Amino acid sequence: MLRYIAVRGLLIIPSVLILYTLVFIILRILPGNPVLAALGTKNIPEEQLKAIMSELGLDKPLYVQYFEYLANFLRGDMGLSMVVRGRPIASDIADKLPATLELTVWSIAVSLAVGLGLGYIAARWGGRYFNAFTRLLGSTLFVVFIPALGLGLQLVFSSYLHLLPSGGRMSSVEGFRPITGIYTLDAILELNPKALLDALQHLVLPSLTLGLVISGPYIRLTLSNLEAVMGSKMVEAYRARGVRESRVVRHAFKHVLIPVVTYTGLQFALLMGGAVLTETTFNWPGIGTYLVDKVMYRDYTAIQAVILIFAVIVGVTSLVVDVVYALIDPRVRY
Amino acid sequence: MTTVLEVEDLWVKYFTLTGVVNAVSGVSFKLGRGEMLAVVGESGSGKSTLGYALLNMVPKPGRVVKGRVVLGDVDVLKLSPEELRRVRGSRISLVFQDPFTTLDPLRKIGDQFVEFLMEHGLDEASAYRTAREYTEAVGIPGRVLDSYPHQLSGGQKQRVAIAMAISLSPEVVVADEPTTALDVIVQRQIMDLIDEVKRKYKSSFILITHDLSLALERADTVMVMYGGYVMEMAGREEIAGRMLHPYTRALFESLPRLGQRTLPKSLPGNPPDLRNPPPGCVFHPRCPKATEECRRERPMLVEASRNHFVSCIHPG
Amino acid sequence: MELSVYLRNPYIAAGLAIIAVFLAFAALAEYIAPYSPVDSVAPPLQPPSPEHIMGTDNLGRDVFSRVVYGSRIVLAIVAMSIAFSGVVGSLLGLTSGYLGGLVDKVLSFVMDSLYAFPSLVLAIALSVALGPSPVNAAVAIAVVYIPTYFRMIRGQVLSVKNEGFIEQARVLGLPPSRILFKHIMPLVSGTLMVVFSMNSADAILTEAALSFIGLTVQPPTPDWGFDLYKGRGFILAGSWWLMAFPGLCITLLALGFALVSEGVSKITGAKLR
Repeated sequence: MLRYIAVRGLLIIPSVLILYTLVFIILRILPGNPVLAALGTKNIPEEQLKAIMSELGLDKPLYVQYFEYLANFLRGDMGLSMVVRGRPIASDIADKLPATLELTVWSIAVSLAVGLGLGYIAARWGGRYFNAFTRLLGSTLFVVFIPALGLGLQLVFSSYLHLLPSGGRMSSVEGFRPITGIYTLDAILELNPKALLDALQHLVLPSLTLGLVISGPYIRLTLSNLEAVMGSKMVEAYRARGVRESRVVRHAFKHVLIPVVTYTGLQFALLMGGAVLTETTFNWPGIGTYLVDKVMYRDYTAIQAVILIFAVIVGVTSLVVDVVYALIDPRVRY
Repeated sequence: MTTVLEVEDLWVKYFTLTGVVNAVSGVSFKLGRGEMLAVVGESGSGKSTLGYALLNMVPKPGRVVKGRVVLGDVDVLKLSPEELRRVRGSRISLVFQDPFTTLDPLRKIGDQFVEFLMEHGLDEASAYRTAREYTEAVGIPGRVLDSYPHQLSGGQKQRVAIAMAISLSPEVVVADEPTTALDVIVQRQIMDLIDEVKRKYKSSFILITHDLSLALERADTVMVMYGGYVMEMAGREEIAGRMLHPYTRALFESLPRLGQRTLPKSLPGNPPDLRNPPPGCVFHPRCPKATEECRRERPMLVEASRNHFVSCIHPG
Repeated sequence: MELSVYLRNPYIAAGLAIIAVFLAFAALAEYIAPYSPVDSVAPPLQPPSPEHIMGTDNLGRDVFSRVVYGSRIVLAIVAMSIAFSGVVGSLLGLTSGYLGGLVDKVLSFVMDSLYAFPSLVLAIALSVALGPSPVNAAVAIAVVYIPTYFRMIRGQVLSVKNEGFIEQARVLGLPPSRILFKHIMPLVSGTLMVVFSMNSADAILTEAALSFIGLTVQPPTPDWGFDLYKGRGFILAGSWWLMAFPGLCITLLALGFALVSEGVSKITGAKLR
């Protein structure tokens, strides 16, 4: 088992490198001075420009920059922002990564709830038309444009009903000091119910938006797999032995979890893209908004860093999924 | 001989989108204690449906439309869902054809066995003991309980299935083609095991099979089915001595034999479309002895001689 | 399979109908739109009314007209990118699958790495690098989808490569290009249709997302995602029509392609992955 993890872990490295190289090449190959583009002005005296370039390490030959950045990244130094002078990118990312993680996890939770729930209802009690509709819903839910749904929800629940905040992660709550950066977790750790409530209120709309849009495949997977399992010889055998129906369904569900978990891993990439869009819509201070902000200023170093981070996240999650799969299905292990 | 199971005029139909399939038509029989009844037929004869019906488990869109299945003192078909659940596995159990798909691959054998026993009232400790006892009684080491199904061979899995099926001392065990999915040597072992269980625990068996030779070898009573009807039913001696129904004879003649120089004779034609069964005798389109009368009248199951029933207009 | 079988399928019919509407918008914008999309023709921020069925935006422009003209940009960008990635991805997939060996292994690994990476993030990074403009956005989207076509075509090539008749052709000495195009491509068309339509749906959403971030067009060009971006503040203040109509169009057009994909996959039994 450990060997399996080690081998899979090592494979992440080339993937990450490929993406880094691609982005590095594209960012550097383009004409024009990146600093000028970032600062948006052409009127910087020669020496000052040179000084800034040297400060940011941009005057060195390309291949040196390539390897140096990589080496520094591994040590945790992600370079300095081109826009805000002297500000290390790593600390920005450390601030914002937990926010994105929190949003992502809660969105997956919403997706699973919707997917497993709807799939279960359809498999157990659904009729032909309801199931066909559910299947269609599963295939097409992804077409909902996230900002449109997000803005719509904000309009209804925030602007009209004043029930929920329209953006941000938290209003200021007394005595709350984040530890991990994942506010819901921190609020629980600090036993601060007010903070927890506030954090959750801010989470509802964004995670609902993202969660609903990505729940389509979960709905489909649960429905077809549950139908298949409930009609299988294995379930017949359980019933022939006189095991009660509720237990049978519980055991059947374990079989449904395998494709669902696998899918989560495979589609994590899609999820991250959706997260970026959701963050932008709700002013959620995660790496998505960070990336988009940097877009305005063409802050190359920051963009590079974000890409690397994403590549690592994708690689690691795919590994985690495989491990979880092996835990659920003993056939993979032995 | 006490009767443990009596089936009276059982009719099972499947209500599909393309028509109503008459799977089982008017089957009746009695099963005594410690007796093995073989239900023989080709696929589509209704034998498997009959097996399911005995536990009131006919899959949708099928339904028992008429008849009684009297197990001891209760009609299985009239039980409430909860009563039915309690009867299944404890008073009448079912061993499936394919041992590879009937055990949950994600759970240990022991967990499944123990859960089954506990669902029928045993406490955890007794359940473990019983599971161990019966696993060993069918000839596999107790530590199998800690394994997962994929770690066992087909034969071992089938033994486990049999162990579970007898562990609560049911009055009747229905075995649906228990050896078809296994290789020949294992087949013999499993059948020997079933014989031993029959002797030792005095359980009654219903062996559903397409293999007439197996039935003649092992069963006390043989019941031949075709198109959902019973063609012939007799004790082993009686039927081996004289096969009265043309279909039984045809089945027998299609079996390959040692020393035979020619190919065994196969039956021409196709099994009947059960949505639109032939008029009169369901077998007449393929019967070498069919006459006009056979097309007009459906023969009833009558007693031709002692312990020998046949439904044919021209038996013998 | 004949065309009529496809057209009778309800999903495909519905999907094509939707796509046709937007194609009509794009092609006949001058005739369909009542006003110019870039001129101010009415008081700003008017809710839908008989003169302005979708209301007006903050600069007094007719939203319906902007929506109609917007379909042009959207369809143009999407068409460009799909064409590009389809051709490049397919060619790469064909060669890689046919050549096999180290080339295939390396190329596949690169494509898999790209495929696993979030497409929107990559598209954003590329758009930034290239500079915001409709053409650059199309290129960015195209690059992102190359792996999709690569994988599909390569998969088909591999499954067909060792079929008997391909061996025959090789033995007869036919040049590889001939084998590829005359024999392998026709077998691929079923899956191609499914992937192509699903990909179009994706591309529409990606284009809208890039627009929402401001990376595609510049004002005053009408584009659905861009209008959502510019209208954000006003939407939250109550001008719901600024969000509803462009948003609906994005979703509807993507839905159209998704429905076609569903329908085709039901008929041909082709799967996406």
